[in-house]
Amino acid sequence: MTDENKPIIEIRNFDFAYGDAQALFDINMDIREKEVTSFIGPSGCGKSTFLRCFNRMNDLIDIANIKGGEIKISDINIYDKEVDVIELRKHVGMVFQKSNPFPKSIYDNIAYGLRIQGIKQKSVLDGVVEECLRGAALWDEVKDRLNESALGMSGGQQQRLCIARALAVKPKILLMDEPCSALDPIATAKVEELIHQLKKQYTIIIVTHSMQQAARVSDKTAFFYLGKLIEFGKTDDIFMNPTDPQTEAYISGRFG
Amino acid sequence: MSEKPATNIFSKKPSRQALFETCVSTFFRLATYLVIIAAGYLFVNIAYNGSKAVFTTKAPFINIDFLTQKPQTLHVYEPKEVTTEQQKINAEILSTKAKRNALGSGEKAQRAEYEAHIESLEERYDILDEQRVEGRLMFSDSEYRQLDETPSEELFKYSNYAYSGGGIGPAIIGTCLLVTGSIAIALTLGVLCAVYLSEYSQAGKMLQLIRLSIMNLSGVPSIVFGLFGFGMFVLFFGWGVSMIAGWFTLAIMALPIIITASEESMRAIPKGFREGSLALGASKWTSIRTNVLPYALPGILTSSIMGIARVAGETAPIMFTAAFALRDQLPWEGLKEPTDFFFQGVMALPYHIYVVSAKIPQNEYTRNMQYGAAFVFLFIVGFFALSSIILRVKIRKKYKW
Repeated sequence: MTDENKPIIEIRNFDFAYGDAQALFDINMDIREKEVTSFIGPSGCGKSTFLRCFNRMNDLIDIANIKGGEIKISDINIYDKEVDVIELRKHVGMVFQKSNPFPKSIYDNIAYGLRIQGIKQKSVLDGVVEECLRGAALWDEVKDRLNESALGMSGGQQQRLCIARALAVKPKILLMDEPCSALDPIATAKVEELIHQLKKQYTIIIVTHSMQQAARVSDKTAFFYLGKLIEFGKTDDIFMNPTDPQTEAYISGRFG
Repeated sequence: MSEKPATNIFSKKPSRQALFETCVSTFFRLATYLVIIAAGYLFVNIAYNGSKAVFTTKAPFINIDFLTQKPQTLHVYEPKEVTTEQQKINAEILSTKAKRNALGSGEKAQRAEYEAHIESLEERYDILDEQRVEGRLMFSDSEYRQLDETPSEELFKYSNYAYSGGGIGPAIIGTCLLVTGSIAIALTLGVLCAVYLSEYSQAGKMLQLIRLSIMNLSGVPSIVFGLFGFGMFVLFFGWGVSMIAGWFTLAIMALPIIITASEESMRAIPKGFREGSLALGASKWTSIRTNVLPYALPGILTSSIMGIARVAGETAPIMFTAAFALRDQLPWEGLKEPTDFFFQGVMALPYHIYVVSAKIPQNEYTRNMQYGAAFVFLFIVGFFALSSIILRVKIRKKYKW
């Protein structure tokens, strides 16, 4: 391989289980900086579970446990005892399937991530709010109603607000768990365009059910099936000439 | 033509099924009306009888003495000629009734004559009663002591009745103190416990056991809480019959309601809010503090204050721990040290109602006190409930999702 830089995320022999039920089997993957990687696969194949391992969201589930292997972000094993989950999550932002703006004003939603870090100066917060809303291509739509409730926004705006909120804590990596599954085509197009722009600054991992979306937005694509990584490579390669027959069957719509 | 006009195939036809349906719905409706009538009667009865004690016909239309004064002995002077005549009539009614009862079943004419006589006597008695009420003089204890000269014994018959004069001021103050103190203790303890149960604890046998015991606690009879408080706070901790012992006893009694309600309102907060804030790098407590508790607050407050208002009405838990039947001083009078404030017994409305209704001989004068106290008590409980509702509406407006 002649790739220029070291991968930002390295996954080695990763095994993950909910109680006795193993959900992920022996996953190996390298994700490079400022690339968009999409995870595709049928429901229940473990792609969302895998995504939530990158910011240790699975810690919230009592029965979740790592059976083996490791995930390294910037050369640090994130499941090491020394790792502070809070710092990790500031580094690895996440956008959820169901947009979940807090029932506060738009301004307070963006400022939340900074306020909990103890940053209170109005000037700093104002700056970050504008920067993030511009970053999420939302500024022009909401600049006149920053103090209105975020729940008054449309579904697509809410999801972009959640992206903006995640940007406020300045992450390096952005995880998106089916960010467009509840959105109409126009809102989806806006989010996808946003992903294209964010790519310049952030490493993005996106879980999606829409293969067209994966083809449109991502540089690399990983196909999961029954908790195993079946195929991982350049998006064009996966969609044009997949090496694995299962991948081919899935993307040509014969199962899944 | 043999063609019939088109009939409506969906038209209503009388059938047993339809009749049955009507009967069932009527039955449910009747049951509901019965409940409404019972509740309505209760409120109207207490409001009507109680307002006689609480309101007056003269400005300022509120009987301030009743709301502020201590319970006192009532001194009553009744016009002697009226009372003696009433006594005579009473005796005659009794003897006539005895004669009537001795009659055989055949002497119908004689019986009718006796009954007419009794009726006329009773009418006369009622007229005299009005005169007696008009002519009587009543003094509360403090007024009685200030009299230069008591009414003459020739013209008036004198009698006195304990607890029937004065007012219920100390009991109102005591109840308000008991309620606010126990709200503070119960809310703190209950919310802490509920946060732990809903956010931190891990599902398992232990948690089930805790839930079960909390649920059992809410089924314990109030008198048992009273005895527990007496043994624990009054005797073992040596606090004596005191306000603080009452606070803790009432608080413990309200805990199951508060814990269950708070936990439920916290569980009702969508998971997305917690995950959202955790994903932004919030610690667990920060996430709970900023994104769970504020939204759960309306539910917690409403159910908790309603719960405590219920518990505050209990007589049994405070009768051993906090309540005095009669206390001369108000809670802030005659304190040697500031801490003594907590270690003094107080009068309380529910216990006062109990004392006035069950512990002293009944007469026409105590009735006013009972209903008046019940009316004021209902008013106070209603005030607490109303304030909780207003609080909820205000917070709801702030956080809406």
